[in-house]
Amino acid sequence: MQALTNRSKTVGRKPMSFWERLYLPGILKGMAITFSHIFKKQPTVRYPEQKRPFSPVFRGLHVLNRDEEGRERCTACGLCAVACPAEAITMEAAERLPGEETLFREEKYAAKYEINMLRCIFCGLCEEACPKDAIYLSETFAPSNFTRKGFIYGKEELLIPDPKTDPEGYERAKGKHAPTTASPNNN
Amino acid sequence: MTLLAFDWILLIEKLVLIAIIVFASLGIALYTTFAERKVAAVLQDRPGPNRAGPFGLFQPFADGLKLIMKEEIIPNSSNKVLFVLGPILAMTAALMTCAVIPWSSHLEMFGRSIDLQVADINIGILYIFGVVSMGVYGIMIGGWASNNKFSLMAALRGASQAISYELAMGLSLIAVLMISGSLSLKTIVDQQMAPGAHWNIVYQPLGFLIFFICAMAECNRTPFDLPEAENELNFGYHQEYSSMKLGFYLFAEYVNMIMSSAIMASIFFGGYDIPFLDESTLAPNVAALLGVLALLTKIVIFIFIFMWIRWTIPRFRYDQLMNLGWKTLIPLALFNMLVTGAVILWRQG
Repeated sequence: MQALTNRSKTVGRKPMSFWERLYLPGILKGMAITFSHIFKKQPTVRYPEQKRPFSPVFRGLHVLNRDEEGRERCTACGLCAVACPAEAITMEAAERLPGEETLFREEKYAAKYEINMLRCIFCGLCEEACPKDAIYLSETFAPSNFTRKGFIYGKEELLIPDPKTDPEGYERAKGKHAPTTASPNNN
Repeated sequence: MTLLAFDWILLIEKLVLIAIIVFASLGIALYTTFAERKVAAVLQDRPGPNRAGPFGLFQPFADGLKLIMKEEIIPNSSNKVLFVLGPILAMTAALMTCAVIPWSSHLEMFGRSIDLQVADINIGILYIFGVVSMGVYGIMIGGWASNNKFSLMAALRGASQAISYELAMGLSLIAVLMISGSLSLKTIVDQQMAPGAHWNIVYQPLGFLIFFICAMAECNRTPFDLPEAENELNFGYHQEYSSMKLGFYLFAEYVNMIMSSAIMASIFFGGYDIPFLDESTLAPNVAALLGVLALLTKIVIFIFIFMWIRWTIPRFRYDQLMNLGWKTLIPLALFNMLVTGAVILWRQG
């Protein structure tokens, strides 16, 4: 039979020599190997203090986007909910009233927009379906929670901070400053 | 009336000493559990417990608290009295050993000379063997009273292993006793400390090796942890135990480890002797305290070696264990004894 990897070793069946049967040299060799591991670099990422950088195409928690004037982009068309294979998205539409032009970009908006993070599979199809660039996946993931209800994210959790009143939070939510695995000029 | 005259201060002195030694042993055992996890971690390229306190130093207290808070379960089918007696015996036997270990020379305090040894009995080593054999009852009784086939198997294994290895252990020590001519640990240490004298490891390297292997087997440490082989017997003889009774068993193992390290240090590595230093040139109190430090350092080194071996070598198979004990170690120990005896006779001329 042909070997697949050329790394297989044939096991010798000859009886052990006296030196081998002493076992102690073998044990000392093994102990030297384990001792050398004390000085090896640990691959552990000490999580809460130290965060592993995500790749720039990482699909994390959803963000509901605003335009540059701080108006919500979502028009509650429901395409994301249709595209969602896990049926995690629900929304209720409402009509923009006169005087709310600074809040919502178009005449129709999402009065309620909920994503169940326990159902969501973070496939990113909602992002692809959205014609208004209103929803995209950020580079963070859903933090732990004590109740199932806590994982149903509403508009207050999803909506990106207003770029006019809170430009820093806006940038942070966009994830431009988070370290990624990509090279810096690629970002 | 003279028969009733009793040195009450001596009693107080010994009680204080016992309290200090017992609590110190428990404290060291507490941190040995932590050290075990840290050593295991660094040998496997992991950081180990590092969440509780700085560097995870409060981890043992968290572990202890967890054990105490757990529900105490005594199985219905178990023998209640023996079930409770098991961990008590294991712990008592483990702690009793420390009575004859000379922790250092003596302190000059309050106008008295205080020996840092609870009891300098002239049969110290014999006493240790007696107490260590009692430790087997902890395993036996615990495993039998649980009324569980895995525990019973583990108890059988533990008992047969302890009995087999105690033989070789005793035989390997006889050679040392022939050199020292005394069973008192204090005398053995003093002989090694005398100017111009060498540690017993120089005369008895083979004896030390046999003793070390047997000590590992007596402590039920890997590669001799057959009584608690997790993947064969679930958890071994303490499988049915919960809460602090389990804690006692686990703790007794670490106390045993400390005690056997102390005994090895005393018999083969000069006890509280500081190498290349003549203690008699120092003030007695300084010498005593440095001696305690020296002994503790030796103990820590031995404990590290125990752990190092545990995280290197896989467990023996049962027949391998018995073969090693009966067919290798006992003949070797006998051979060692014969050679030592012959050399002593030849030197006497």
